Amino acid sequence: MAMEMRLPVARKPLSESVGRDTKKHLVVPGDTITTDTGFMRGHGTYMGEEKLIASVAGSVERVNKLICVKALKTRYNGEVGDIVVGRITEVQQKRWKVETNSRLDSVLLLSSMNLPGGELRRRSAEDELAMRGFLQEGDLISAEVQAVFSDGAVSLHTRSLKYGKLGQGVLVQVSPSLVKRQKTHFHDLPCGASVILGNNGFIWIYPTPEHKEEDAGGFTANLEPISLADREVISRLRNCIVSLVTQRVMLYDTSILYCYEASLPHQIKDLLKPEIMEEVVMETRQRLLEQEG
Amino acid sequence: MSHVVGKLGRRQSRRRQTRYLRTYQLSLPFGWEGMRQGRNGEALLREILSRRGGGLETGHAALPQAALQIRGSRARALPDRALVNCQYSSATFSTGERKRRPHGDRKSCEMGLQLRQTFEAAVLTQLHPRSQIDIYVQVLQADGGTYAACVNAATLAVLDAGIPMRDFVCACSAGFVDSTALADLSHVEEAAGGPQLALALLPASGQIALLEMDARLHEDHLEQVLEAAARAARDVHTLLDRVVRQHVREASVLLGD
Repeated sequence: MAMEMRLPVARKPLSESVGRDTKKHLVVPGDTITTDTGFMRGHGTYMGEEKLIASVAGSVERVNKLICVKALKTRYNGEVGDIVVGRITEVQQKRWKVETNSRLDSVLLLSSMNLPGGELRRRSAEDELAMRGFLQEGDLISAEVQAVFSDGAVSLHTRSLKYGKLGQGVLVQVSPSLVKRQKTHFHDLPCGASVILGNNGFIWIYPTPEHKEEDAGGFTANLEPISLADREVISRLRNCIVSLVTQRVMLYDTSILYCYEASLPHQIKDLLKPEIMEEVVMETRQRLLEQEG
Repeated sequence: MSHVVGKLGRRQSRRRQTRYLRTYQLSLPFGWEGMRQGRNGEALLREILSRRGGGLETGHAALPQAALQIRGSRARALPDRALVNCQYSSATFSTGERKRRPHGDRKSCEMGLQLRQTFEAAVLTQLHPRSQIDIYVQVLQADGGTYAACVNAATLAVLDAGIPMRDFVCACSAGFVDSTALADLSHVEEAAGGPQLALALLPASGQIALLEMDARLHEDHLEQVLEAAARAARDVHTLLDRVVRQHVREASVLLGD
């Protein structure tokens, strides 16, 4: 069996023609942003000796009187209403600890969880004892952010039937800054798979369920074997997302779909090669620019 | 990862103040094919090349690798700020003779403690209560100035992870040989036994994060040696600054929005 070997090479410096007009003010820690004391300081800045100084490396954003510096890569900072995909790390007395790529573990209270069957009742001691039956360590869930505590920890809830435990599929972990904020993060792509774009950077790709189960409450995991065609679509989508991420393109349903279509002439495993990645993403960018007009 | 050998620029003169500025071989996975996205802000460091004066190339300075993680701390959580935890380890092949160093030995602990003190001064820990910032540094090739190289490496790692810091932390070692102050000592010079100074500086404000010296030095000479170390640290800052700005510019161009 023939194997392909590659040697690492130096990365080519980026051509400036790729981006659009970039008049952003880029700073590194220690840079003075402004000496005007009239501004309010936001994230990524601190006040030192009458000057506003940056504390992270990134671009300066100004909204009226508020100045903040958006870092290139940070952990997920929760905001109320975000959709996240997380993994259960601990089962505690009345809650689960969920890992969501943020600085502190997120919390899913037992009272914020949908009971199977969709019943609404007070959670009793038996429910507490049966917690492990619902969600164990290592399970993946999709949830929505209910509240954010003062130290930045996030409290989740799965109070709708579309959230809950995730069954068979593929998880891709990316930086949270690459996921675009949209009205909905659950997409059924026309190529035959569905995708959940978590705001925390966890992206879940799974086969589209044939019929929507209204009364499941999201707990019954579908363990039937998935057909080869579906699996190929999911693998191709995963490789597309990885190539979009390496070229730092914002992820949303349109960009993923265009990338998928641009990648069809290539084999799925070829999508992991850098030159093919670049080509595919270049084509995607082109189409996205055209679409915006 | 492509390791381009750093050039050593050296201006040697016995009469006047000598300065050796070595380049650190810091390699980021940006030299890798494609870009590597570390989930936990893992940043190996960047390749920097500098030439100064006519040079003869005599070898590499300490080559460290730093990985970084910020997460919720369970046991030792401080309610109002983040805990900084640094671990230093050195590879068996890092020095001239292969030597296996157990993990908890005295030098590693001491170095870890020094790194911790340095970074507690520089990182804005008040913004992350109840969390823990772990910095793991491993030296791959040691040729003197290991503390300084570790600090520079860890600064880049913290920057890459997006953890707010007051300023860059740039460090350099300095010594006093034959009534001249030398900056950035190599292993041979350190082993010669003269006084050695390690200085970690926040360049913009000129504040000193850590200043450590062993052996004795007459106070008249202290000013000179300190000055040499500070100048070398500022030069390191220029290099790191340039590299970071380049990276930020590239990334923001790609993002484009």
